[in-house]
Amino acid sequence: MSSLATAATGTLKQPRSSIRRQRSLGLVLRVLIAVGAVIFALFPIVWIFSAALNPTSSMANQRLIPPNASMANFNELLNNPIQPFFRWLLNSVKVAGITSVLAVFVTALTAYAFSRFRFRGRRSLLLTILLIQVFPNMLTIVALFLLLRQLGDYFPSLGLNSHGGLILVYLGTQMGINIWLMKGFFDSIPRDIDESAAVDGATHWQAFWRLIFPLVRPVLAVVGILAFVSTFNEFILASVLLRSTEQFTLMVGLYLFVTQNFAQEWGVFAAGALIGALPIALLYVLLQDQIVGGLTQGAVKG
Amino acid sequence: MTEAITGTRGRATPLVPLSNFLTRYVLRLLGLALVDAFAVWLVSLLIRDAVWPLAAAVIAVTLLVNAVNLSDRLYPLRWMSPAFAIIILTVLYPIVFTVYTAFTNYSDGHLLTKVQSIRRIGQDRFLPEGGVTYRWAGFRSSDGEIALWLVGEGGQAYLARPGQPLEEVTADAAGVGPLDADGFPESLEGYTRLGLRDLLPILDSQLAPLEFGEPPQTIKIKSIREAAQLQQRYVYDETQDVILDQMTGALYTADDRQGFFVSETGATLNPGYQVTIGWSNFQRLLTSPALRGPFIQVFVWTIVFALFSVLTTFALGLFMALVFNDPHFPARKLVRTLLILPYAIPGVIGILIWRGMLNQHLGVITTNMVNLFGWAPGWFTDPFWSKVGVLLVNLWLGYPYMMLVCTGALQAISSDVYEAAEVDGASTWQRFWNITLPLLLVSVGPLLIASFTFNFNNFTVIYAYNEGLPPIPGTPTPAGYTDILISYTFRLAFESGRGAQYAYAAAITIVIFLIVASITLFQYRFLGRWEEVSESV
Repeated sequence: MSSLATAATGTLKQPRSSIRRQRSLGLVLRVLIAVGAVIFALFPIVWIFSAALNPTSSMANQRLIPPNASMANFNELLNNPIQPFFRWLLNSVKVAGITSVLAVFVTALTAYAFSRFRFRGRRSLLLTILLIQVFPNMLTIVALFLLLRQLGDYFPSLGLNSHGGLILVYLGTQMGINIWLMKGFFDSIPRDIDESAAVDGATHWQAFWRLIFPLVRPVLAVVGILAFVSTFNEFILASVLLRSTEQFTLMVGLYLFVTQNFAQEWGVFAAGALIGALPIALLYVLLQDQIVGGLTQGAVKG
Repeated sequence: MTEAITGTRGRATPLVPLSNFLTRYVLRLLGLALVDAFAVWLVSLLIRDAVWPLAAAVIAVTLLVNAVNLSDRLYPLRWMSPAFAIIILTVLYPIVFTVYTAFTNYSDGHLLTKVQSIRRIGQDRFLPEGGVTYRWAGFRSSDGEIALWLVGEGGQAYLARPGQPLEEVTADAAGVGPLDADGFPESLEGYTRLGLRDLLPILDSQLAPLEFGEPPQTIKIKSIREAAQLQQRYVYDETQDVILDQMTGALYTADDRQGFFVSETGATLNPGYQVTIGWSNFQRLLTSPALRGPFIQVFVWTIVFALFSVLTTFALGLFMALVFNDPHFPARKLVRTLLILPYAIPGVIGILIWRGMLNQHLGVITTNMVNLFGWAPGWFTDPFWSKVGVLLVNLWLGYPYMMLVCTGALQAISSDVYEAAEVDGASTWQRFWNITLPLLLVSVGPLLIASFTFNFNNFTVIYAYNEGLPPIPGTPTPAGYTDILISYTFRLAFESGRGAQYAYAAAITIVIFLIVASITLFQYRFLGRWEEVSESV
């Protein structure tokens, strides 16, 4: 342990009692600050729980601990014909699910080839993929909109207001980073495995599908889940590319509450927000170590 | 370089049965044939409509797929072709299209290609003074469609329905009832005759706008008795690149700098068409005072927003990391998990929760502030407090990331350094300022820059918090006080009161890209990341 906090406890010059007093004072101070920080972090979450259980649904009569807490908001949420919440949730799961499975599969194939084959232009291709990703995909949103409008003239299922078109666009956002990420995983698997398979007469495909793929499956699952979460959470592209209420994804749908009678529908919105956020938050907490690992890998290298 | 592949394949092939190999080959050819047939169909449609950029992208993808599947030398690319097809279509093509659009006048009124525009203008018809006229009687079908029985000057009769070619009919045909004094059938199978009393109320509102028959032979009702054949109003002359107005005799010349057909008096024909206009969009951005004003204002706020977002999230994240890095801290792991929760919740949901809590009249924060201080800021209406609000929400969303990153980085700093500082008698503050922060910045620095570029384009928080509002008054293009460049661009393209200004939006996009790209380049070049990345290839 090496933070300044621990370093402070290791003092040599001061007498012991003073150190102890200083340490306990510091601890009290830090506990107080920590309490403040936790309140800042958690109050919105506690508040939304309370709003969801508040039976009147209006923002005006909300208390922190709702009197006569009930599931009324959840009932209303699920039986509301104007805001087909369940439909939105299903749409989100469908779009994010298909996107993540396809993205993992397509990028795994590509990354495997980059990792195992040596061919001319390999290096420049890899770097080009990295460079293209520098262009933030938000910037091409107008072009993507026009692309789907044009595609939609010929295939409505890939056009505006279609889940097919949205999935296509999402797939594009998943390619670059994941190809690099997975190439790293494949690189870490010894090539001897492929080579011995080749000696036994296996094709590259067989080596990939029967030997390498099962080995990296846990990693692919994590990548897939992260792709799922980022797609599930995406808001801007979906709100531009989807037009009609029943096609909306959950995020676009929840945003719809804001444009309608937000203060009166607050409890219903809160119920929806909870249902939408809980699974994702749970995934995050469960995968905390992987996510933190991925985050800090770039930060603390060397 | 290719030996590795050919080598292993050479060893592998004899062991694969020939029939197996053949089936696979035939299957691959069949698949390719399918893809190609589909591509040819799509490209022919795209070329018909003169949608060149997309046609080019589809052709590129198809050629790529064919090449890698037919050539054994390109075998590795076969594995990558699905990814490349997706990248070309949804990443590369939009980038190229955006760059191209920035140099055109693509906007409402200039959405079509010249060919499409001429075709559209050519569809305009008019009622000529001395043209072909008919007497008519109206009929209504059971599903409400109106049809006309027309009698021409020579006495020949036609049945005219909207959107269907004119049909010559005779009085003795099946289903046609006896003729009345004016020469119209009293009844028609499947239709009911409309009397004067039925016709008069709907004549102007419903009947007059209807066009019967199909171009070029379309009929319009002129009066209660008379209908006339419409004529094409604008005729395009390819050799001189002009359009003649047959109604007024005016001549419209193509002006390829403006993308309009313009008459001598300066009148233009709608719709205009797309032309490339060079650097005009960029010039307008820099020189037009009306446009430059909001652009610069938005630009400055974008930098301020990104900078403050990074600073506040980093400061709070680092602070929390330092506090909770102490192993003596009670329930450290649990508290840390709780503190990460804002990061785990979908961003939009978090923003919307804050939007509710800050709600002007009923939000919990606003009402409590009013109770405590007798005053609460206009979180969504006041320019300054909207900016504070969006930074506050972004702080809530962003500090857990910084906390995670800093926790990792802190644990990597060797404790020897602190012990040495201890011996030298450095105070806690000195230790933080001279050891922790510099060492931390070495490892976290690149992530801070990445976070800056991310927030530079953090459309979601701006849009979901307040849609960039409140509006800046008196701007020629709509802009809000909390708008950052990307959301301003978005408004230009989709929400502008003067119609979609795609080209101008694309020009700003290029500017944003240049900024982001130079920051990223700096990040890679000067922090040595590019070499690191290049080596790891």
